[in-house]
Amino acid sequence: MSLLTIRNLSVSFATSSGQFRAVDGVDVDVNPGEILAIVGESGSGKSVSMLATMGLLPWTATITADQMSFDGRDLRTISAKERRKIVGNELAMIFQEPMSSLNPCFTVGFQIREALRKHTSLSARERHARCVELFEMVGIPDPEKRLKTFPHQMSGGMNQRVMIAMAIACKPRLLIADEPTTALDVTIQAQILDLLTGLQRETGMGLILITHDMGVVAETAERVSVQYAGQKVEDQTVQGLFETPHHPYTSALLSALPERATEKHLPTIPGVVPGQHDRPAGCLFSPRCKFADDTCRQTPPPVQSAALGHARCHYPLTTPEEVSA
Amino acid sequence: MSPVLEANELGRDYEVGGGLFSKPGVVRAVAGTSFTVEAGKTLAVVGESGCGKSTLARMITMIEAPSAGSLRIDGTEVTPERWPELRTDVQIVFQDPYGSLNLRQKVGQILEEPLKINRKELSPADRQAKAREMMRLVGLREEHYDRYPHMFSGGQRQRIAVARALMLEPKLLVLDEPVSALDLSIQSQILNLLNDLQERLNLAYLFISHDLSVVHHVADDILVMYLGRPVEYGSRDAVFNSPRHPYTKALISATPTADPTKRRQRIKLQGELPSPLAVPPGCAFAPRCWKAQDKCRAERPQMTGEAQPAACFFPES
Repeated sequence: MSLLTIRNLSVSFATSSGQFRAVDGVDVDVNPGEILAIVGESGSGKSVSMLATMGLLPWTATITADQMSFDGRDLRTISAKERRKIVGNELAMIFQEPMSSLNPCFTVGFQIREALRKHTSLSARERHARCVELFEMVGIPDPEKRLKTFPHQMSGGMNQRVMIAMAIACKPRLLIADEPTTALDVTIQAQILDLLTGLQRETGMGLILITHDMGVVAETAERVSVQYAGQKVEDQTVQGLFETPHHPYTSALLSALPERATEKHLPTIPGVVPGQHDRPAGCLFSPRCKFADDTCRQTPPPVQSAALGHARCHYPLTTPEEVSA
Repeated sequence: MSPVLEANELGRDYEVGGGLFSKPGVVRAVAGTSFTVEAGKTLAVVGESGCGKSTLARMITMIEAPSAGSLRIDGTEVTPERWPELRTDVQIVFQDPYGSLNLRQKVGQILEEPLKINRKELSPADRQAKAREMMRLVGLREEHYDRYPHMFSGGQRQRIAVARALMLEPKLLVLDEPVSALDLSIQSQILNLLNDLQERLNLAYLFISHDLSVVHHVADDILVMYLGRPVEYGSRDAVFNSPRHPYTKALISATPTADPTKRRQRIKLQGELPSPLAVPPGCAFAPRCWKAQDKCRAERPQMTGEAQPAACFFPES
């Protein structure tokens, strides 16, 4: 049974210029022990859909879904008190900016102990022991001393480790990592990604990795879901996605990678992501798609079968030759 | 022909701290950095945060004077007295196109401002003609002339920033992480633009970046820096295919590749960058290096080697 099941999730925000639909009919499934990557460019709604799952969106957001359940519990009807018991405990999240997600007024040790105090019945002594154990797990040297430091006294990489330690403190069954390495240097990024995948293997938790970096996706994920302008446009295994992307957007995105370039001039995707006021009637990618015809421009595309990567496209690409054409 | 830019043992120190009773400390932001950039070529400076990339950019654009070493632009020795005349030869494009454009100016005004200050002989009509020509060159449309920056997307704004930098016909463009704030689909548009402009105008680029896949695409030569000092300098292919310094090797292996079939063994570096206030006495990379010996911790290695100098006692052959 899947750990997190979301069907037809939509999130819209009330803005001064009308309703803005940030997430539009997204489905998510994560099994225990699976690493799912959600990729997309800025504004594709990848963070918003996960914040909706966590219940962390402000009141201006309207969230609708046909189904939204975590481990059999319905997240749509759950009370705030019940949600508080799950979030931070069985369902945890790491954010992009470790510096701004930690409270600068308290020591990092205090902040981790707070999570343990809230969600477990450990004694003060046991909580401290667990903190030391957690710091060792995430590779922070000299834990006893480091627990007493404030966030500003440590580097970005160390703070991100603290965030991870805090997130896994209560042994979550699902960890959502929202761009966990974007603010970090590459050598530190490699350390953090190894740490996350190692912890995932050890504890068997599900891991959702939100990122825009195709390299990170290729090296860590098992399954990838691609989002564009609030919609999920493709969902495939990582090998399948990089070999035969079925949606023209995925294909165009992959060929825009400098490392895949065969010549100095890179293939580009013309135009920009549609905004609030210029959403096309048909396929949202049609204004930028080189395969688009009148059907694409007028009729919203269907979601194709699993064999075609659930591509949201009228004319999904099927062979590698077609993809590179 | 002399290179457009020649840096010789360039260095910059900052004094930090120092209150009523405490002695100020010295941060050596950049030290002993030498390189050349020729017309029509791109030198990429790579390294992680705190390696001195941005300080280097500030010295080359003459925002700050170096505290050691010398800088030559097109054969002319750079001294603070000559800054006003030389500054028009070197222009900069910043990372964040949302922060680097004045929101209260229209695109036309943004582009004409450098001319107003530096080419006083031009009439307003000439200025406008030049600005419009530049807009065409960077792929902005005619009607954009009267628009404000907030009406543009990130990629378009970066085009405006590039256009502004080119208004005074510089010989060298310093690109400080020009695409790292942009989405992948937009990044390739800007990289293509920079490539076209370089070919057309024979520009020299100093390309500062931490993204090695972008660097591999744009660079002719690469300078790798670590904690303010150069650790390796060579042609792109040499540095990528046979890195000599262990740090370069680790950096390349840590960069994720977009190919799931190639799950390589990464070199796992222990620890983090030491504080620039307390740089270890020997090689700055020694505390994280798997090859480090006692000698590395005691003595600082110099850049050695002809074609591809590296600052390491035990370089890869």
